[in-house]
Amino acid sequence: MSVSVTIKNLKKAFSAFPALQGVSLDVAEGELVALLGPSGSGKTTLLRSVAGLEFPDSGSVFFGDTDAAQLTLRERRIGFVFQHYALFRHMTVMDNIAFGLRARPRKTRPSETQIKARVLELLSLVQLDGLEARYPSQLSGGQRQRVALARALAIDPRVLLLDEPFGALDAKVRKDLRRWLRQLHDKTRHTTLFVTHDQEEAFELADRIAILNNGHIEQIGTPAEILRAPATDFVADFIDDIRPKDGGKVTRLRRAG
Amino acid sequence: MSDATIQFPSKTGSEIGESFAVKLVLIAIAVAFLAAVLLLPLVVVFMEGFRKGAENFFAAFSDPDTLSAVRLTLLVAAIAVPFNIVFGLAASWAIAKFNFKGKNLLLTLIDLPFSISPVISGLVFILLFSAHGWFGPWLKANNVEIIFATPGIVLATVFVTFPFVARELIPLMQSQGTTEEEAALTLGASGWYTFFYVTLPNIRWALLYGVLLCNARAMGEFGAVSVVSGHIRGLTNTMPLQIEILYNEYNFTAAFAVASLLAGLALVTLVIKSLLEWRYASELAASRRH
Repeated sequence: MSVSVTIKNLKKAFSAFPALQGVSLDVAEGELVALLGPSGSGKTTLLRSVAGLEFPDSGSVFFGDTDAAQLTLRERRIGFVFQHYALFRHMTVMDNIAFGLRARPRKTRPSETQIKARVLELLSLVQLDGLEARYPSQLSGGQRQRVALARALAIDPRVLLLDEPFGALDAKVRKDLRRWLRQLHDKTRHTTLFVTHDQEEAFELADRIAILNNGHIEQIGTPAEILRAPATDFVADFIDDIRPKDGGKVTRLRRAG
Repeated sequence: MSDATIQFPSKTGSEIGESFAVKLVLIAIAVAFLAAVLLLPLVVVFMEGFRKGAENFFAAFSDPDTLSAVRLTLLVAAIAVPFNIVFGLAASWAIAKFNFKGKNLLLTLIDLPFSISPVISGLVFILLFSAHGWFGPWLKANNVEIIFATPGIVLATVFVTFPFVARELIPLMQSQGTTEEEAALTLGASGWYTFFYVTLPNIRWALLYGVLLCNARAMGEFGAVSVVSGHIRGLTNTMPLQIEILYNEYNFTAAFAVASLLAGLALVTLVIKSLLEWRYASELAASRRH
């Protein structure tokens, strides 16, 4: 049950440093959008503002028709995957994934049997069957990443937000997980925003890309549109590395079905 | 400078730099120092206590003044320690998880009791609460006794032992950051749920260690308590004060018997800590890695 996300003229400054200077972005229901930009461009601040972890100075975020400012973090029901996963280190994989369900008020909390069943189902979705009794410290980086995703999916989020989801992984694992995440998204169809500084990642994975620089959006478009017609010099320069030099096509993961 | 001037040790085993003999000497120095400065005094305390036999040792505790001193010490620790758990948790939470102006000032203030002499801490409370102090007339008019009474002793103890819990927690909480709490909040957990199920389990060992240290100091504090207590026998004497009185009256057996009890309480504290560390060794290691 995903919703669309509408960001209207968001502004945010940290002490004197402006992190967001009027950012607007529409994300359709079920869409996978990348926030791409160099470090310090404001992409993480934008993601955290959508999540409700930062409070913007002005502007607004809508989930469907609802102004998110009126929603508590619990009511927003967002699945947030942190850059370094932020798994609860003293809990097993099972307890980590079950956290969001167990933290619900008694009235809406599923029974312990239902929670267990849901966790096992999610574990098999992220292909980690049999690891429910492990602690985060006993997992590899890629496994932790998928536990973090399963934990975020457990609360049946309306919007999925990923902060540099592959940033801390090595190149090989990164490529595999990227492919896998695209397939997962095609299966679950969550409205998804993800932050990355890796051009290749954004162009391979996203339906649309928003390129950020110095706290504002330089261009929004599908990968093909951006490649064909970069809107500004910055964009042209920023995507220079992945533009096909010999007239060949950029490898892109096709959506299944 | 040519490469030849830099020499690398190449023989196996010599990389670390010491020979077996050097290691042995270093260990011997450490052990000898510990024995002389820490172990020997402790043994002497117990030996003096038992010198005239176990009978005399236990007779010391039939003195009602001594018994009341033991009770008062336990009472003061039982009030001061929970107080400092709450304050320590609140202060470290504020410092480690939030950014605000005056944060460094707060950090310095927390260290204040460590840096000033306990006697001065005691005198401050005299200046504030004694009959001629700032709040003295008001307190007298309202029949509140602080100085030369239990509240004063509790206040002085709270003041002196304040840094222990906070000092243990702040560096740990700072290194752990806030992302786990943020994760819990985005998953829909309430503030209290997050505190009890995420924050507290992550800091429980440091908290326990801080509490044990705080407790040991609360029971052993002499200087500040000595100033505010007034040394009223059977009323405002804590164990350390009672030991001093007995000693000054040449009642050595009784003095050392009470001292043995105080040292014993400290030893029990240490044993509990070691037992817990041993029992939960794997869990401890798991929470430190990651």
